[in-house]
Amino acid sequence: MWTFLRRRLLTSGISLVGVVVVVFFLARITGSPASLYLPESATQEQIDQFNRLNGLDDPVLVQFWNFLVGAVRLDFGDSIWQRRPALEVALSAMPPTLSLAGIALALSIVIALVAGSVAALFRFRGPDRVISVTTLTISSIPDFWFALVGILVLAVNLRVLPTSGYATPEAWILPTATLMLAPVGVLTQVVRGAMIDALGAGFVQNARARGYGRVRLVARHALRNAALPIVSVAGDRAAGMVNGSIIVGSVFAFPGIGTVILGAVLNRDFSVIQASVFVVGVGVILVNIVVDAVYALIDPRVRLGAGRSS
Amino acid sequence: MSSVPAASELEVVPAADPRPTGGRLTVHRLLRSPSALLSASWLAFLVVVAVALPPFVETAANRQDLSLRLLPPFSLDEGFAFVLGADSLGRPELLQLVMGTRSSLLVAVTAVAAAAVVGMALGLVSGYFGGWVDEILMRIADVMHTIPSLLLALAVLYVLQPSVGNLVIVLAVTRVPVYLRTARAEALALRERVFVESSRAVGARDWRIIRTDLAPLVVPTIRTVAMLELASVLLAAAGLSFLGIGLQRPDVDWGMMVADGRAYLASAWWVTVLPGVAIVLTALAANLLSNWLRAAEDPAQAARFVRRPRGGRRAA
Repeated sequence: MWTFLRRRLLTSGISLVGVVVVVFFLARITGSPASLYLPESATQEQIDQFNRLNGLDDPVLVQFWNFLVGAVRLDFGDSIWQRRPALEVALSAMPPTLSLAGIALALSIVIALVAGSVAALFRFRGPDRVISVTTLTISSIPDFWFALVGILVLAVNLRVLPTSGYATPEAWILPTATLMLAPVGVLTQVVRGAMIDALGAGFVQNARARGYGRVRLVARHALRNAALPIVSVAGDRAAGMVNGSIIVGSVFAFPGIGTVILGAVLNRDFSVIQASVFVVGVGVILVNIVVDAVYALIDPRVRLGAGRSS
Repeated sequence: MSSVPAASELEVVPAADPRPTGGRLTVHRLLRSPSALLSASWLAFLVVVAVALPPFVETAANRQDLSLRLLPPFSLDEGFAFVLGADSLGRPELLQLVMGTRSSLLVAVTAVAAAAVVGMALGLVSGYFGGWVDEILMRIADVMHTIPSLLLALAVLYVLQPSVGNLVIVLAVTRVPVYLRTARAEALALRERVFVESSRAVGARDWRIIRTDLAPLVVPTIRTVAMLELASVLLAAAGLSFLGIGLQRPDVDWGMMVADGRAYLASAWWVTVLPGVAIVLTALAANLLSNWLRAAEDPAQAARFVRRPRGGRRAA
């Protein structure tokens, strides 16, 4: 286990360095951010002074070093718009995003387990086809449009849900549903595939021969084996949840990393964008480590640390 | 139809491959599956619309007439162009949709094709040579996997100016790892096969083996993945345009049209709903077609591989 964790942390470290380099690259892609931060009427002297003050007249390697020193101390500069450390802005937005993503992912898994199992039991027959066409359709709906149509029908016409907000439980329903759109179809197909494999396996056939009912067969025997791909795909969706959260932030004004990122883009608040990429990257890396550990706990055959990943 | 250029050229089946020869069989099967036929017809219809109509309707589509603003749909009083109503500036919704078809398809297809070609090439190299090339490419893929695509696209399009070219590049780059991993897994399994070894034995160079032995066998898989990706890239492009950092006026795509209608959601639902319906139908067609393509090509694939690619957890 410890060998595994050490090795996993090492590869995660490489990913982390990659994320930091991407962040630096983002910052330097335009050359000098002076044009972003100074008014268009700024004189050349003002631009030069800005560059000197921010260390932008140094050679690129020196700049990169300074950036690394800042990043190691988790210092990405201050938010120009909010006048506080950019990292703090990004971090304080994470709790609502994490709760929303957690709820959406958990509900998606539950729905996928039921729908996928039913589809596997009725393979190639009526229920399977209905479920398969439904999941394909769900995967084809753009989340921003789904959110707007949801507002149109449930908030504007039927008046049963609020159009935006965060404080009441009802306000969470549409954002959660919007965020579930992307993972639920994929997960259902994964459950179906894994369940079909598991139901065909020898030990399940054996249990069937001993006369166990269908429900027990699925719940007790097949499900445990189908858990592995489900966990790994659910972990893979972690980065995708942030995509959904940006849309949810835009449509429902739901507070979270999505609103922070959009606000930073609108207010040309570059340090916050960098800090957000960093925070999200670290978050996804952590989720992947947890997924690998869970993977090992469920399946004793997976010997952590043996062989290479990827 | 295939988004991979030169696919027909690569289709030449080497002697070691007992795959039933392509074309006719595929068309024959297509005719027997109603949903796949319908999907293919819808996509073909859109391509015709996107290629043939825009030059004729461009002026009419962008003509603003404030007396017709937010005109309700399903009435022929203002002529056929206004059968789907008008938007907030009095532009005919139907013709805007036609113009949107061109940009939406162009962006999605170009991005998918670029990502597929680059990803497949890198994946073949990565899987065939292994070693440090492989290590570096896989680490880069890991890093890209760590940063959400929309966040990266937002950040990059924010620093670069949003334009069709930049949009395509951002969408393509974020999708390359998908093909990279697929092609690498296949190349890894194929390079141990006897026909590759015999090529090597008669003195074929590495690049020739990759080109003539590996690539033709990987193309069908990449094509299936690309079809699946078409739907998600279409949605991703629409999302970027919806957020205002994708296409910019005077270009128009379906995502931008949804965003335009947002302010009038309560009073004029059609401006928001109709372009969304176009996105859903198109993505669904691509998804159904890819589903069918996977099923149609699967038995041949299973027979083709003696050893399955190593099953990493991402292969699931």
